[in-house]
Amino acid sequence: MKYGVFLFCLGLLFNVQAIEIRQFDDPSKQQAYENLVKELRCLVCQNQSLADSDADLAKDLRSEVYNIIQSGKSEQDAVKFLVDRYGDFVLYNPPLKSSTSLLWLGPFVLLLAGLAYLGFLAKKRSAGRELNPALTDEDRRRLQELKNKLKG
Amino acid sequence: MRFLIPLVLFIVMVAFLAVGLRLDPREVPSPLIGKPAPAFNLPQLTESGKTFGNQDLKGQVSLLNVWASWCVSCKQEHPVLMKLAKQNILPIYGLDYKDEQDAGLGWLKHFGNPYAASAFDADGKVGIEWGVYGVPETFVIDKNGVIRHKHTGPITEDSWQKTLLPLILKLQNEGSPT
Repeated sequence: MKYGVFLFCLGLLFNVQAIEIRQFDDPSKQQAYENLVKELRCLVCQNQSLADSDADLAKDLRSEVYNIIQSGKSEQDAVKFLVDRYGDFVLYNPPLKSSTSLLWLGPFVLLLAGLAYLGFLAKKRSAGRELNPALTDEDRRRLQELKNKLKG
Repeated sequence: MRFLIPLVLFIVMVAFLAVGLRLDPREVPSPLIGKPAPAFNLPQLTESGKTFGNQDLKGQVSLLNVWASWCVSCKQEHPVLMKLAKQNILPIYGLDYKDEQDAGLGWLKHFGNPYAASAFDADGKVGIEWGVYGVPETFVIDKNGVIRHKHTGPITEDSWQKTLLPLILKLQNEGSPT
């Protein structure tokens, strides 16, 4: 039993996350690769990036990205490779085009709608105030009368 | 009147949810629709020495079914494919994706072989060319070797009758390749 606990704790000590070792001949390539796998989305576990995913396909796609970058091609080439096969879905930062316009413009449309509604409410309130001016002359006279009564 | 705006907002939200919750987030639209089948040439799984490639997909409307012996949903789909193969509507080709040859062969022997030919994609490179991200996947390819439709997940009787069969019949009536 004691041994078991000891071995378990020892296991915890060495339980570091498995990291793929990829050799780059240029630090800028390594940087490009690391940026890319964080920005590209895994298709199997859709809420993970390629960097985070343990899915088999993510591993394969990481090595495709690695090969493209290592062969001296640009980040755009790697992105294009994946978009050509899997579509804009792989991008966490999709380009603005007609199919993604709702995604990009939707929040601003909602903001404008909210502002318009706010403006409408404000206008309604100020219009209401003009229709019912605070006190008429008759009101003032009665108010004065009541005050005099209280004093007297 | 007081309740009109909240009511409208509520109805809009319900409408969005009604549509959104019915969408399958696993169905990612393929950018390959309308494009020629990606070039490949792979050894055949069953016939050693022979190859199968995109050139073999030309000439008639066909299905390319991506499968693997380790794929659980493929087991569910398999009887449907067997039935379709018997109906002889169109050739069904297989792409055995990231599999072991023995396991793939064992599968076909055990469950039956619905495929006119099976390409063997051991390392999954061709799968990536085709944008495969979850087996089973099925591509409908027209007479000119152009991908016209992608079905993600197992083919069911329902999806066959409602989507695939009407499309296939339409494509078969299109003009012959030039």
